[in-house]
Amino acid sequence: MSADRSSGGGVSRRQLFGVLGAGAAGAVVGAAGGAGVALAATGGGTTDASGAAASVYPYFGAHQAGIVTPAQDRLHFAAFDVADALDREGLIGLLTEWTDAAARLSQGLEVAEGGAVGGSDYSPPTDTGEALGLPASGLTITFGFGPGLFTDESGADRFGLSARRPAMLEPLPRFQGDALVPEMSGGDLCIQACADDPQVAVHAIRNLSRIAFGRASLRWSQLGFGRTSSTSTTQATPRNLFGFKDGTANVKAEETAIVDDHVWVHASDEPAWLAGGSYLVARRIRMIIENWDRVQLGEQEMLVGRSKGEGAPLSGGTEFTEPDFDKTGATDAPLIDADAHVRLAHPTSNGGARMLRRGYNFVDGNDSLGRLDAGLFFLSFQRSPQQFIDVQTSLARDGLNEYLKHVGSAIFAVPGGVAEGEFVGQALFA
Amino acid sequence: MTRRALAASAAVTALALALTGCVAKADLASAIAVDITDDGCAVAAATAPAGAVTFALANNGSDVNEFEILADDQLRIVGEKENVTPGQEVEFTAQLGPGTYYTACKFQQVGAPIGLAEFTVTGEASAVSADEQELADQAVTEYLSYVRSQSAELLPLVEAFTAAYAAGDDDETARSLFAATRVPYERIEPTAEAFGDLDPKIDFREVDAVADGLEWTGFHRIEKDLWPPAAGDLNSDGQDALKDWAPSTPDERQVYADGLVADVAELHELVTADDFTVSLADISNGAIALLDEVAAGKITGEEDWWSGTDLSDFAANVQGAGVAFGAVRALAESKGDEGTALATEIDEQFTALEDALSEYGSLESGFVDYATLTDADKKALSDQVNALAEPLSKLTATVLGV
Repeated sequence: MSADRSSGGGVSRRQLFGVLGAGAAGAVVGAAGGAGVALAATGGGTTDASGAAASVYPYFGAHQAGIVTPAQDRLHFAAFDVADALDREGLIGLLTEWTDAAARLSQGLEVAEGGAVGGSDYSPPTDTGEALGLPASGLTITFGFGPGLFTDESGADRFGLSARRPAMLEPLPRFQGDALVPEMSGGDLCIQACADDPQVAVHAIRNLSRIAFGRASLRWSQLGFGRTSSTSTTQATPRNLFGFKDGTANVKAEETAIVDDHVWVHASDEPAWLAGGSYLVARRIRMIIENWDRVQLGEQEMLVGRSKGEGAPLSGGTEFTEPDFDKTGATDAPLIDADAHVRLAHPTSNGGARMLRRGYNFVDGNDSLGRLDAGLFFLSFQRSPQQFIDVQTSLARDGLNEYLKHVGSAIFAVPGGVAEGEFVGQALFA
Repeated sequence: MTRRALAASAAVTALALALTGCVAKADLASAIAVDITDDGCAVAAATAPAGAVTFALANNGSDVNEFEILADDQLRIVGEKENVTPGQEVEFTAQLGPGTYYTACKFQQVGAPIGLAEFTVTGEASAVSADEQELADQAVTEYLSYVRSQSAELLPLVEAFTAAYAAGDDDETARSLFAATRVPYERIEPTAEAFGDLDPKIDFREVDAVADGLEWTGFHRIEKDLWPPAAGDLNSDGQDALKDWAPSTPDERQVYADGLVADVAELHELVTADDFTVSLADISNGAIALLDEVAAGKITGEEDWWSGTDLSDFAANVQGAGVAFGAVRALAESKGDEGTALATEIDEQFTALEDALSEYGSLESGFVDYATLTDADKKALSDQVNALAEPLSKLTATVLGV
């Protein structure tokens, strides 16, 4: 490791060796967070000398990183529309360049040879430079394909992919509380960049956007600053902007059988090219927090169905006690209200449907009324979009809806992992 | 404009070698006669075989004139003979590769080309490769000629436009001339900006002038008089448009009119000075600077806030960038496969941007008011500017080979 390596472990961006070359922070064999393999707390990453979760996750593996990877603190998510002039060959070219860049960036390297300061004085640097000297910071880059990539709005098959479009990959149905803004919804392609350092996540999206100029352009994007879900049993449950713990009952990477059943698309599922992948649902959920903050504590807890401090279900116990929906109190009314969020979202209310949630808090300035433009940028990964649809449909009665507005919505098919020498989603084009 | 490669290889990009001194008598037989008059430019033949093409110029007019050979975009000057005085007969030889060109004269060496005529060069590209220095010299010569020709065109346009404005002839004339008058300026904007205080006087927007504590003059001051704001209208920075502003009195109009003419005349004087030159990097950097102009001001509609003529400026910036690129393209292509690939990519993106712009009009027939574009329209243009600017930003390093 070089001398200018900063604290926190990982590989310095100044070291220009191959992505998985010797010294690339211990090339880990296998999937990132590999399903079926009980992994250490690092989810397939490397640890530094202190044993703390370190910050390099392998890019190549059976599944794309950034799904069962322990949720990092920061997010920069971007949805793109492809250019009208792009053809199949151009799309493959873009995905190939994106893959190469993502493989480098996730290892803490600059996006391309030459980088921010190693090129010609007369040429713009190949790397934008704001991550110089920073470690990989646990960066994962996850790519997804929107419905429009297969068939555009007018029904045109721009890339010869429409026959391979997953039957379930279509814009989500309308739900109670939708106030969708078209400019914040949809997209032909998406990139989810998660890292423990916001500068590193932004650097990734910025450089990948730059690579796409002329082929795909940003449609919408979202910064997230605090994970709202744990995806590993080693993580403490974080809080959303309602002040409640979020993701207590989330699918955890260590629950490999559940992950396998509920998150990954199987080879036996249709279409075959998506095996090892997943469906990603993104929802920008604005919280009317000024109103929420005027709600009495007892009412807040009743709406959620959990205590605010501990996060325990109102039926009793501690945070990880299973809720008892039948348990009644002194008045014979259920302790967990009929319309409580935890009841309506629970697998028992949704035919056993579960999903891996990976959302983030956001605050994007304020609106013209002087209210914080804040909320939850909800992200979930599931084997079938139906899992999300079932849960969201059952949430129509959710008392929390009074304080929520869904302003953005998108769905993407997330291809399986990438092997070295391949580009992301290569099976789709085979 | 189309920017088809003039020739299959970089080697044969027209190398105009103005011959000074005598031409052997033998050459005169094959020389193409050019009858230059004040309002005409009659070239005796419209075609010639590739190679050295000699023109026998005769100025039969009343004042100094110049002869130009333009590329097929009718903008890029691949060869010119200046200062042909009345009664003078002089030969001028240009090395021309196969392709389409235009011949023209320029009475008094200012204003638009006169007697534009198509001129076709036939045959095979010469296999002789020009050396790099020659390509570099040619690029500088070409671009310098272009800057000078545009500043020369600008002068009479500004005179006519400001005369109409000063006379209060807003409806009939001044408003209709505004966008077209700016075109030659916008094509060479980075050059004008190189002369520190001229560009601010000629082309500052009100918000910039106020911010810099300058007296606000030039095109945009006149523009606001011609398209005066109504009560409640805002400037591009969201300030009340009537704050610290009043319509110019006839006397003030005359001051602004005279000032713009004087500033444009000074620009012309500066670029036509013997010691004025540009470097290769100036040319390729000029191309990217023009794209930045588009991305920073035109795409947001802030440039021509009152007239809505931003797309005309936009198209002129793009044309200017195209000419700058054309001047150094042979040099870029001489740098091996990478240079050739870059030139091809830049070509494709220029074409795509011009196609996108053409949906809204043309410099000849005018463009729609920028206010009629939707956000989606603007985003599509912005995406295409990014698509072109990205490869264009690599041009300087490629051209200089560093």
